[in-house]
Amino acid sequence: MDHEPTRRGALQCLGLGAGTLFALSGGVPSGFDLAQAAEPGAAAKIGTPLFVQISDSHIGFSKEANPDVVGTLNRTIDLVNGLPRRPAFAVHTGDITHLSKAAQFDQASQLLSRLRVAELHLVPGEHDVTDGAGTEYFARFGAASNGKGYYSFDHAGVHMVALVNVMQFKPGGLASLGDEQMAWLKDDLSGRSASQPVVLFAHMPMWSIYEPWGWGSSDSEQVLALVNRFGSVTVLNGHIHQIVSKVEGNVTFHTARSTAYPQPAAGVGPGPLPLAVPADRLPGMLGVTTISRAPLHRSLRLADTTLA
Amino acid sequence: MRFSALNRRLAAITFATFATVGLAAAGAAFAAAGDASVMIQNFDFHPMAISVPVGAKVTWKNLDGEPHTVTSVDGSFRSNALDQDDTFSFRFTKPGVYKYLCTIHPRMMATVTVK
Repeated sequence: MDHEPTRRGALQCLGLGAGTLFALSGGVPSGFDLAQAAEPGAAAKIGTPLFVQISDSHIGFSKEANPDVVGTLNRTIDLVNGLPRRPAFAVHTGDITHLSKAAQFDQASQLLSRLRVAELHLVPGEHDVTDGAGTEYFARFGAASNGKGYYSFDHAGVHMVALVNVMQFKPGGLASLGDEQMAWLKDDLSGRSASQPVVLFAHMPMWSIYEPWGWGSSDSEQVLALVNRFGSVTVLNGHIHQIVSKVEGNVTFHTARSTAYPQPAAGVGPGPLPLAVPADRLPGMLGVTTISRAPLHRSLRLADTTLA
Repeated sequence: MRFSALNRRLAAITFATFATVGLAAAGAAFAAAGDASVMIQNFDFHPMAISVPVGAKVTWKNLDGEPHTVTSVDGSFRSNALDQDDTFSFRFTKPGVYKYLCTIHPRMMATVTVK
């Protein structure tokens, strides 16, 4: 019998530096050095990679914080293509482009097509939809979801749910899924076995990290209420260009690094501006998240790899 | 439908042209004084509230290294994403209180009052 996660009400925040592999299993977060993870035999311990998460590529950005976002996305893709055990698919958690321009989407699509994975699943970031609903992003990627942008699918027994939380918000407030999408999510999850691992992915953090900068979403409590009957829930987000993790009950929240540029820690400076760091430090602040399933565990494990 | 939308737009342009001519006749200095600028800096609109006469053009400029949008809550105007130093202008032809925000950072809110 699989180990069921037993943690209750545990709440942990983990700030992880470059070169740390983050594994979560049965509620116990464990850190491994990346060098250790690369050793022969480590793959069995880490489990089978299910998919990789890439985020915040901001194609079109060219300022001081990273004049070469194409180069760093390419290096991220090389990293994924060079994994010893290749994941079945990839997700991109939004801000594919910087300014929602057609040429930026064209370039991003061309770059991402080099990923050696069977499928790439996308959700939009707020930078991808500045031209409004039903435009560039949705014209390109919305066909499979009837223009909605949110959808779900199953892979290797894991239920994957892509959510859009950058279109609905109250002026002055945080982003949300909105009533229609919430109703869809409720319907999508109903009738599923509580033992099926669930992965939710969306651009904005689906928990409150720092509201003054919009690092949260207003209906995350409602989402939690829908998923907390499941034994293993993983919530993957982007937007804040740095790793922040939290475990609450059976739910693991995790934000990914950007492939383009870092942002300051919450509340440092006037707002979430691109953070310029010395060139030799940049690769250590960019990267990709790998999500694996351990052989004997129902819950999923997350490992973050930098470009350094 | 397209035609009627086009006609409306032409009517609006015609109206705006007459309004400008009228203001010019009243004095060029007055027309120029009615226009206003709003700077976007450090994730705020400066000033956050402005008042302009009917027919005035308001120009926003983004000084931040992060893009922002200028999007009215009632849908009457919207910019594309403004990169650093990009500008967006809108001429207000109807009186009212126009609330607007940045759709990238919805906590950034401000108003234009047109009298």
